[in-house]
Amino acid sequence: MNQPFRTPSGGRIRRDRPLAFTFDGQPYTGCENDTLASALLANDVHLVARSFKYHRPRGIVAAGAEEPNALVTIDRGAGRITPNLRATQVALYDGLQAHSQNRWPSLRCDIGAMADRLSPLLSAGFYYKTFMWPPALWQRLYEPAIRAAAGLGRAPFAADADRYLHHFAHCEVLVIGGGPAGLAAALAASAHGARVILCDEQEEIGGSLLAETEATIDGKPAAAWLDATLATLGARGAVTLLPRTTAFGCFPDNFIGLAQRVTEHLAAPDPGLPRERLWQVRAAAVVLAAGAIERPLVFPHNDRPGIMLADAARVYLQRYGVKAGGRVVVATTDDSAYRAALALHQAGVTIAGIADARAAPGGAAVTAARDAGLPVFAGTTIAGTSGRLRLRDVLLSGRPAALPCDTLLLCGGWTPSVHLFSQSRGTLRFDAAIGAFVPAGAASGVQCAGACAGTFDLEACLDTGYAAGEAATRGHAAPRRFMVLGTLPRGTSGMQPNTAPHGKAFVDLQNDVTTKDLRIATREGFRSIEHVKRYTTAGMATDQGKTSNLNALAAVAGLLGQPVPAVGHTTFRMPYTPVTFGTLAGAARGELLEPVRQTPLHDWAASHGAVFEDVGAWKRARCFPRAAEDEPAAVARECRAVRNAVGLLDASTLGKIEVVGPDAAEFLDLLYTIDVASLTPGRCRYALLLGENGFVLDDGIVARLAADRFHVTTTTGGAARVLHHMEDYRQTEFSHLRVWLTSITEQWGVVAVQGPRARDVIAPLVEGIDVAAMPHMSVRACRVAGVAARLFRASFTGALGYEINLPAGFTRSVWDALCAAGAPFDITPYGTEAMHVLRAEKGFFMVGQETDGTVTPDDLGLAWMVSKSKRDFVGKRSLVLPDMVRVDRRQLVGLLTTDARVVLEVGAQLVATPQPGVPAAMLGHVTSAYWSETLQRSIALALVAGGRARLGSTLFVPLPDRVIPVTVTRPVFHDREGTRLHG
Amino acid sequence: MLLIRCPFCGARPENEFSPGGEAHIARPPDPSAVDDAAWTDFLYMRTNPKGAHAERWRHTHGCGRFFNCLRDTVSDKIVATYPVGQQRPDAE
Repeated sequence: MNQPFRTPSGGRIRRDRPLAFTFDGQPYTGCENDTLASALLANDVHLVARSFKYHRPRGIVAAGAEEPNALVTIDRGAGRITPNLRATQVALYDGLQAHSQNRWPSLRCDIGAMADRLSPLLSAGFYYKTFMWPPALWQRLYEPAIRAAAGLGRAPFAADADRYLHHFAHCEVLVIGGGPAGLAAALAASAHGARVILCDEQEEIGGSLLAETEATIDGKPAAAWLDATLATLGARGAVTLLPRTTAFGCFPDNFIGLAQRVTEHLAAPDPGLPRERLWQVRAAAVVLAAGAIERPLVFPHNDRPGIMLADAARVYLQRYGVKAGGRVVVATTDDSAYRAALALHQAGVTIAGIADARAAPGGAAVTAARDAGLPVFAGTTIAGTSGRLRLRDVLLSGRPAALPCDTLLLCGGWTPSVHLFSQSRGTLRFDAAIGAFVPAGAASGVQCAGACAGTFDLEACLDTGYAAGEAATRGHAAPRRFMVLGTLPRGTSGMQPNTAPHGKAFVDLQNDVTTKDLRIATREGFRSIEHVKRYTTAGMATDQGKTSNLNALAAVAGLLGQPVPAVGHTTFRMPYTPVTFGTLAGAARGELLEPVRQTPLHDWAASHGAVFEDVGAWKRARCFPRAAEDEPAAVARECRAVRNAVGLLDASTLGKIEVVGPDAAEFLDLLYTIDVASLTPGRCRYALLLGENGFVLDDGIVARLAADRFHVTTTTGGAARVLHHMEDYRQTEFSHLRVWLTSITEQWGVVAVQGPRARDVIAPLVEGIDVAAMPHMSVRACRVAGVAARLFRASFTGALGYEINLPAGFTRSVWDALCAAGAPFDITPYGTEAMHVLRAEKGFFMVGQETDGTVTPDDLGLAWMVSKSKRDFVGKRSLVLPDMVRVDRRQLVGLLTTDARVVLEVGAQLVATPQPGVPAAMLGHVTSAYWSETLQRSIALALVAGGRARLGSTLFVPLPDRVIPVTVTRPVFHDREGTRLHG
Repeated sequence: MLLIRCPFCGARPENEFSPGGEAHIARPPDPSAVDDAAWTDFLYMRTNPKGAHAERWRHTHGCGRFFNCLRDTVSDKIVATYPVGQQRPDAE
């Protein structure tokens, strides 16, 4: 096993199970239970990345989710390339291929490192100041160039080849974090059968216990206690243990998002498994046991490969059996670093010195280090470092000679992980003793335990965790005391001032933010920490300031001469660590992205060459081009068929609502503009639906089937909106009326038979009534081709027409019968485009085309449809407001282009003169424009200010390259007398 | 995602509901008797308070019923839900 920095024994890795992997193509060997980071360190690979902005060589800093530097791309083949993964969270598997990022041509020799030399020009906000003129170059040159030079990994091009699932779960207690506090909480919470979910982001549940080799808990070594506890929890049926699962966001009312990595750690995953699973958990109570993150120290050149967090080095040693270096200097403000120094010393690593910023460090840990013969330099900080691709030596304050070393371990105290607590709307307070923010006021149902609450002692973590679990299930904390032996008490100095006047001292390693950037920001007047964050990018992006946040706050506080609590803290954004888009999308991709609604005639249309278009969620046939026919030709042919013989339209998507009850007529009278009460059974009426503001909401046909039963149609897109509107009034304002509403859109298929031969086609198929006796706008129950139907005589084309409503499942058989019966007349199926042209020829408006929520019935020329006799209906009062009766309102008119072949663009603006000045007064706009096959010319509908007073006048459509003159006409182009309709 | 207690179905996730604007704005029984200013107030003027706000919700993807809800616009916490026609409960 050629892993020079692997210890001969100890740790949780399996030396008997070697795993081969590559990093930038170079082969290496690691062990089972390694992370990519621990395996690289075992092979003495510290240089793993180039920094975001300056391309500085960077090494592994941490051992967990807080890693700011070691971002890698993992390549599992096409469609399975993931950039920006933290090497510390990538489980090693056999054959793993990892690549470093943001470097060219190689990690050791990176052209982009020139940025480091130019860094005086590249400080905070440089691009706002440097690349200002000319503005046109910003989009084309500056931004692309800056983005190419700076950055993270490359987004993959191939479609994601993996599968992702969503899972919904409910529990009494969700415990986030599987360290000692979380385990104790789960033990307590599950003791009485409550449903408990325990999630932890690491490969193994255990948190700090996975690297605990000295302490005993209740008489057992920590590792044995961990095994026993997991066995106990696993045996409780109501407990769900989720390792490899990151709680990435806390949402209102204890709704938590968990991202579970199901197969990422496997060399050859079962193809039946999803790659990741999104858990959406609603918990009655949440126990946050998220732990704490060690803070680095800020001093000049504190970012060289070989500089890492002190406790991370201890974790690499005691959990992964890896020595972080051969000759180590430690710099600290906290006793915990002594524990790391002692452990490394015992593993045979040379401790060249411990620089403690405190004037007189003296706790038990310090004494133990001194007793072991480690040189402790009190009141000493780091003045500088050297070494390009790996740390070479360290300069201590007050000492002239640099101290040679290959590794520098830092500890600036510990920051409780309050990210999720803050997202749950808990408030924070600054604890000066530990120099960090800790939870103060919790949202209901949320508790913190252990290190994330500022409790670092193992025994106290277990005790408070257990109490939190008890409180979460039983509302009170029954005390239980764990007995922990073998730990050293810890002292800390709180926060040390950052003194880094010269050289690059990095505060945020991931975003390459230095103390100088913060100084510039405060000098330029930024005071709010949120503004400083955005100007300098400190604490932004994927990292969310895990290692940098407090150091940045402390630096800004120092620069502003304020205490840290006065500066405050920035908002903790979700996700805690990045979540893949695939996980969030789940199964909603491709065909499953959105539900598709198909009519009962969809298959027929598809097999007859239909070109489909989306109308809401519906697929509708736009036209049916025949061989060698383009779409305009097909539409023209379909229009000719309806005008000259007979056409057939699938109108099943029409919204339909059955309105039933003794007060149904009264209810509809209150909602629609027309007079419903006077409608006799068997008759129908075209009707407008208004909002209370008087503007047209929808239109349709109100058909009276019986005294207490109506069949009401809506537009295709308006069906749900209209039912919602009706329900609103039925349940609230008009709740005294006895009436019930039922959506019957899906229950009835609709076939429109339109054209002068329509009656000839359907009459032989209709049983039970005399079709010829049906007047325009009437409805009959009958049988059509043997199927019980509601037959409407109605027309949206201006031709003689019938709309046959059929039970959805029988629509196809009747359609087939109509095609057969119509064959002698060359019956022609037509699509929505021909329907649009035909209705525009008649000047029938379309909701959403001619209306936009600001159009009144009178604007559409439909004042005749508004009952004068009704005392009240929704919208009536608004119609007499002064602005609703102005004569210069935009009114619906027709437009005829001077050149009959020119078809206008929908949305084109209308002006009064051919060469208007700027700004030109816009008189209105084109709402519909088509080639009319019937009239052999272009037609258009438009809303024009005072339009009805402009009939016969000329307006102009200004376009970039020309001006089109148009004549204003009445909005009816075909059969103005309606003789065909009533024929 | 909020957990909203439908007065008829119990607690359900927010995405089953649709909001319906401010509550307790009654349509005048005889709109024609209302002058223009009062009518436009009824149509367009809303309180937009900081704090407790009575608003209408509908359990659209559930029982379909409209109900009223008292929500704190600062904390986004729902203080109470109650059927249409019932008095607004005290915010505190």
